[in-house]
Amino acid sequence: MEMNQYLSMFIDESREHLQAMNDNMLKLEASPDDISIVQSIFRSAHTLKGMAATMGFEDIASLTHELENVLDLVRNGKLQMNAHMFDTVFKSIDALETMVEDIIAGGSGQADVSAIVAALGAIISGESGAPGAQTGGKQDASSAGELDEFQFSVLEQSLEAGHRVYRIVVSLEQSCVLKAARAYMVFNELEQNGEIVHSSPSVEDIEKEKFDQSFIVYYVTQLERELLEQRIAGISEIESVAAESLDADALKRRVNRPQSSPAPAASDKAPAASGTPRSAAAETAAARAPAAGTAVATRTIRVDIDRLDVLMNLFSELLIDRVRLEQLAGEIRRSDLTETVEHMARVSSDLQNIVLKLRMVPVETVFNRFPRMVRDLAKSLDKKVDLVITGAETELDRTVIDEIGDPLVHLLRNAVDHGIETVPERLAAGKPETGTVHLRAFHSGNHVFIEIEEDGRGINRDKVLATAQKKGIVTAEQAQGMKDEEVYQLLFASGFSTADKISDVSGRGVGLDVVKSKIESLGGRVDIVSKLGTGTRFSVQLPLTLSIIAAMLVKMGNEKYAIPLSSIVETAAVPREQIRRVHGNRMIDFRGGIIPLVSLAKLFDVPSYSDEDEAETEVVIVRKGDRMAAIAVDDFIGQQEIVLKPLGAYLTGLQLFAISGATILGDGQVALIIDTNALIK
Amino acid sequence: MGEELKVIVFSLAHEQYGVEVEKVQTIERMQPLTRVPKTPPFVKGVINLRGVVVPVIDLRGRFNLPEAEYTDNTRIIIVAVKEMQVGMIVDSASDVVDVDSDAIEEPPEIVGGVRAKYLRGVAKLKDDRLLVLLNLEEVLNKSEIVQLEQFAE
Repeated sequence: MEMNQYLSMFIDESREHLQAMNDNMLKLEASPDDISIVQSIFRSAHTLKGMAATMGFEDIASLTHELENVLDLVRNGKLQMNAHMFDTVFKSIDALETMVEDIIAGGSGQADVSAIVAALGAIISGESGAPGAQTGGKQDASSAGELDEFQFSVLEQSLEAGHRVYRIVVSLEQSCVLKAARAYMVFNELEQNGEIVHSSPSVEDIEKEKFDQSFIVYYVTQLERELLEQRIAGISEIESVAAESLDADALKRRVNRPQSSPAPAASDKAPAASGTPRSAAAETAAARAPAAGTAVATRTIRVDIDRLDVLMNLFSELLIDRVRLEQLAGEIRRSDLTETVEHMARVSSDLQNIVLKLRMVPVETVFNRFPRMVRDLAKSLDKKVDLVITGAETELDRTVIDEIGDPLVHLLRNAVDHGIETVPERLAAGKPETGTVHLRAFHSGNHVFIEIEEDGRGINRDKVLATAQKKGIVTAEQAQGMKDEEVYQLLFASGFSTADKISDVSGRGVGLDVVKSKIESLGGRVDIVSKLGTGTRFSVQLPLTLSIIAAMLVKMGNEKYAIPLSSIVETAAVPREQIRRVHGNRMIDFRGGIIPLVSLAKLFDVPSYSDEDEAETEVVIVRKGDRMAAIAVDDFIGQQEIVLKPLGAYLTGLQLFAISGATILGDGQVALIIDTNALIK
Repeated sequence: MGEELKVIVFSLAHEQYGVEVEKVQTIERMQPLTRVPKTPPFVKGVINLRGVVVPVIDLRGRFNLPEAEYTDNTRIIIVAVKEMQVGMIVDSASDVVDVDSDAIEEPPEIVGGVRAKYLRGVAKLKDDRLLVLLNLEEVLNKSEIVQLEQFAE
């Protein structure tokens, strides 16, 4: 069977499942007793295992298999989640993610998972030991009742499959100091060639050195008895090893049969290896579970992103032609042509809405990795942090989504590392010991806002200024009389870092300046609001879409420029005598205020036009936040939907002045798009 | 015999230059350019190349040679280097020749006013013409323009 065609599906679904597991693990950490969460994690792990096995990714399959075993015990109430288990399961998920990423990168998805598998195995056998320990009181020399029904069936099937089953008694020397360490070495040695099904006392107890000089393991392997004994005896401080080969009858005698426990699904078709009965049981459980689920599947299909991009590009071409047709129809003035073109325009604008909607993705796809990140971060910094996400369903263009992840990671790390104080600091400041980071997304006009707000220590204005002066970013004179917002913007200056010492978390060479330039390259911007002692808010403003925007076309001499409609307040014509001069700058009255008049012709060195000597100047009033400016232009051409095009890699590396991109007009000419934000100071 | 290179020959200020044919996407006639403000003088603007916006530079200006009027022979050679598409305005583009890689020699320090840094070598053609091969990576080196820009400020 050709697998490649399923690969992308596998990747998508594995990512989804891993994400779900991560999310659910976090939920479980908050409420460890909620078995329904364990059920969901189990289902994800199980599906992942199945997919990986089908695709031939053995390491993923074996790790998920082990994970599944642990989860199975938890959901059946045989095991309680504890901190160690959470960490191990998280580690497993990380390992799985790494492997999936490897597959995405074209690798084979192989990784050395033996350590994690062993850790999971230890959790399982630790549990399995528990019933043994409970029955420990009744335990006698005959070793009857050492195994429970479940372990028995595992061992029995292993025997049927032609494996050897041993009961090994290992005794350590009296003088042995680190008993747990020696025991661990024994386990390690055993795990290399087979599987430990049960140990007595339990692995947990052995780890805590809660055993005398000896312990017993039930072990499945292919090895000969002598060789096995030799290997274990090879470990130092082992006094004696006695391996007893068991057959089915011998096994039966050692089972502690509960009264009426139903036997695990013995009709297992999978290749017999120890542990398979569990997966069989799991399969039936998993098969039942979705049916019980209440979620009604929405009718969707998966579409390759590239195809959507092609669709978008084709549509852009169509739009350019539509504009051209509209122009021609305007010139030819035939009513039936005009009607047809108008109809086509309506259809194409509907089409445009749909195409754009297809590309909209909820920010959730970016946000969903943050809870885990913040958890790990807070742990490593020994802080207590709650991440509260709102508006994860807010949609953004895929191009923006793809790019916004890294800057947000940076801002969040920054918030947790620099913003939120340590627990003692918080308590001293009279705050609750757990800091809160709010991550919000919401629509506003043609923009999407993403805010990161924490209740931490706030930005220390003086410290920022001192650092900026030390680094030569501002001079002492400049520093005086700077507004708070201006000071905060210094954080985005390149080469700036207020962290007293470089921590592992932030300050890895890339600073906030990278964040800012990335966001600006997306046509967005970042603002900071902060209050010393109470917290800081980073507000990221992003355009809804990057590909098609409504714009006003203006003329300056023989050059045409486009100004995005989203930043335009209105257009006007200003007679010359109404232009005032204040400190040599030209200003105009606008709705009771005075705003600067910007001569675009002068800024852009337009050769064929100057607004200076016009009797009446056409102006476009643009807005940036609460500031406004009037841009003097030669003439308005009209409003149009324009398709954004990059200026070409050769020019995008340059810091282009007030130009955010280009578009192709109906007549095939290129018009530049003005970045009005750069014109307002 | 070394490898045979296919090279597109163009002229610039009475000198014959060549670029490898693999790096050339198309050769266009001169067409209206949209000026991009605040760029170095040799960046002439952008053109619409079948729906893609492509920056165009004047190669004379790039090499600090005196700029000339555009004529009917003027061509824009669209090259792609490191996924970067750039149009280069040249006086004329004539033909495609085969160059034996063994016949390429190290360039002298300056050829026809162009610094050796921008050159790959000088090849002697079968008809004894000399052909200067361009090192496009250097010619289109962005960091140099950025420096130029800062210098201008």
